[in-house]
Amino acid sequence: MPTDLGTGVAGPPAAPASPRTRGVRRLTQRLAGAGPGRVRPVGSGHAGAGTALLWLGPALLLIAGVVLYPALELVRASTSDYSITGLRKGPAGTANYERLLAHPDLGTVLLNTVVWVVAVLVLSIVISLALAQLMSKEFFGRRLLRWAVIVPWAASLVITARLFMLILDYNYGILNQLLVGTGIVGTPVDFLGDDRFTMASMIGVGTFVTLPFTAYVLLAGLKAIPDDVYEAATMDGARPWQAYTRITLPLLRPALLVATVLNIIYVFNSFPIVYTLNDRNPGFAHDTTITFMYKLAFKSAEKSVGMSAAAGVANVLLILVVVLAYLRISNWKEATDQ
Amino acid sequence: MSTVSATRPVPTAPGSGGAAPAVPRRRGWRRARPYVLSLSGLTVAAVFALPYAVMLLDALRPSRDVLATPPSFLPRTWQLGTFGTVLSDARFLSWLKSSMLVAGTSTVVVLVVAVPAAYFTARHRFRGRTAFLLLVLMTQMFSPTALVVGIYREFFELSLVNTYLALILTNSAFNLAFAIWILQGFFGSIPREIEEAAHLDGCGRMGTLWRVMLPLTLPGLVTTVTFTFIAAWNEYVVALTLIQDDAKKPLTVGISSYVTGYEQNWDQLFAASIIAIVPVVVLFAAIEKHLVGGLTAGAVK
Repeated sequence: MPTDLGTGVAGPPAAPASPRTRGVRRLTQRLAGAGPGRVRPVGSGHAGAGTALLWLGPALLLIAGVVLYPALELVRASTSDYSITGLRKGPAGTANYERLLAHPDLGTVLLNTVVWVVAVLVLSIVISLALAQLMSKEFFGRRLLRWAVIVPWAASLVITARLFMLILDYNYGILNQLLVGTGIVGTPVDFLGDDRFTMASMIGVGTFVTLPFTAYVLLAGLKAIPDDVYEAATMDGARPWQAYTRITLPLLRPALLVATVLNIIYVFNSFPIVYTLNDRNPGFAHDTTITFMYKLAFKSAEKSVGMSAAAGVANVLLILVVVLAYLRISNWKEATDQ
Repeated sequence: MSTVSATRPVPTAPGSGGAAPAVPRRRGWRRARPYVLSLSGLTVAAVFALPYAVMLLDALRPSRDVLATPPSFLPRTWQLGTFGTVLSDARFLSWLKSSMLVAGTSTVVVLVVAVPAAYFTARHRFRGRTAFLLLVLMTQMFSPTALVVGIYREFFELSLVNTYLALILTNSAFNLAFAIWILQGFFGSIPREIEEAAHLDGCGRMGTLWRVMLPLTLPGLVTTVTFTFIAAWNEYVVALTLIQDDAKKPLTVGISSYVTGYEQNWDQLFAASIIAIVPVVVLFAAIEKHLVGGLTAGAVK
């Protein structure tokens, strides 16, 4: 019943009318003087704490139980001493953090993380801008393109990573076969073993799997820009490139912001690609902070739950700082209020 | 949409007389445009599909040929039975069941929990509203991967290691933030007049939410469902850490055991992977139109 109603009613406001509803919202905000917040409540302006708890309770419970409590457990574990089998032996103070900071590979791992996050982020945003532009056009084969772009998102990252391990392989890889066969390189390239290429290969695969999400967010942003803006620009004699840099990009800012913030978080936390592609290499030469943390607990010579937990805490704090700094720099409030 | 964008240049061309030198070039471009667009569109589609074509072709050859030197793009020997082998493998079917159960239930839980919270925050001012929204934003920055040690210790103490419940709770909780933000934007963008009209017609608060607001936020709901389902379907690290019982493993973790140090069934690994992709791509293709609409509102706020 509600779905029947849904397709009937929600059809029109879905894609074409969203700028209109946005306009309405902005207008109501301005009239109500609601400022940066949301539209004023329907009837009663304020709701009691009891009513609020009723509506928000389940969400709060889930967040507290499954996100905040493990976060606290993580902090507790980071200040505890564990046996090699993972049994808690007692408090450890800041010893785990000190050992982490003194870890000889920490510098490499941090540098890797910066390179990995920045490269994947910039590449996927730039490529997605072009990709979203293409996907928004009407042409023969557009549906095929949209479906093809979905595939890397739909596929499990672990499997995609294993697939690329085969494709990039020194001996059995089809890519080396292709490169040598066409004479682009003389001898096969050891994409995943040679220190010069490992990070670049990981960045390539990481970008490939980040593109679908980014492109779809930007495509949605493009679709929200009203057509009449472009018509006015064309009337004024704007060239396509001018129209793009002066109209599309500024209006795309909210979508870019969402894509960037979520991608910072996803790429930073991305585990399977780095872990799988880097599987054969000993040590931490190509690890990011996430795989470093995992290996500290489960794979390395240390097998230290405490140190791994300390790395986990550091990870969360790092993401927080990076995201907050980004929001600050990009004037988040201003962009979303427009 | 198609007719609009295709024909718009025609009426505006005479009007844009100021850009005279560009006109001939534009006319040529107008004729070539559909072909250029189609060609680049199909090329890009091929680039995205190519790795997965390699996967499909690897699923269609004997496992030993996957690691043959020199490699070949097309199988030297075609082996079409692998998909049947995988689909009749009891282990694969139990992993598939686990994935369906965990991803499906998590998606339902997220909807049931996020909809009231998002609706209420969008429509009411109350003490702690800003704090709640900040909390939600914070959880968006946490990932199960970063917290996996803490998650393991919590569920270990609750004796929930090796249960579906642990996976469902984790997947629900970590996808809640995105759902609340997206849905909140949607509820906020619906004019209050619509709701007031429903009130006047005698709809209660729940009735208004169910019969008026939810249908209007369909794109938002679709976006939420898609994101949650895919995230849960592809979740790996928590399942890897929490599930030891082979039958309870979801697909992501389970199918990795087709290729281990002891046995290497690359054909089965890739056939299973293709089967695992199909439900998600079908889901996507079915709702892609709504999804783009849904992300719009999410992007705007």
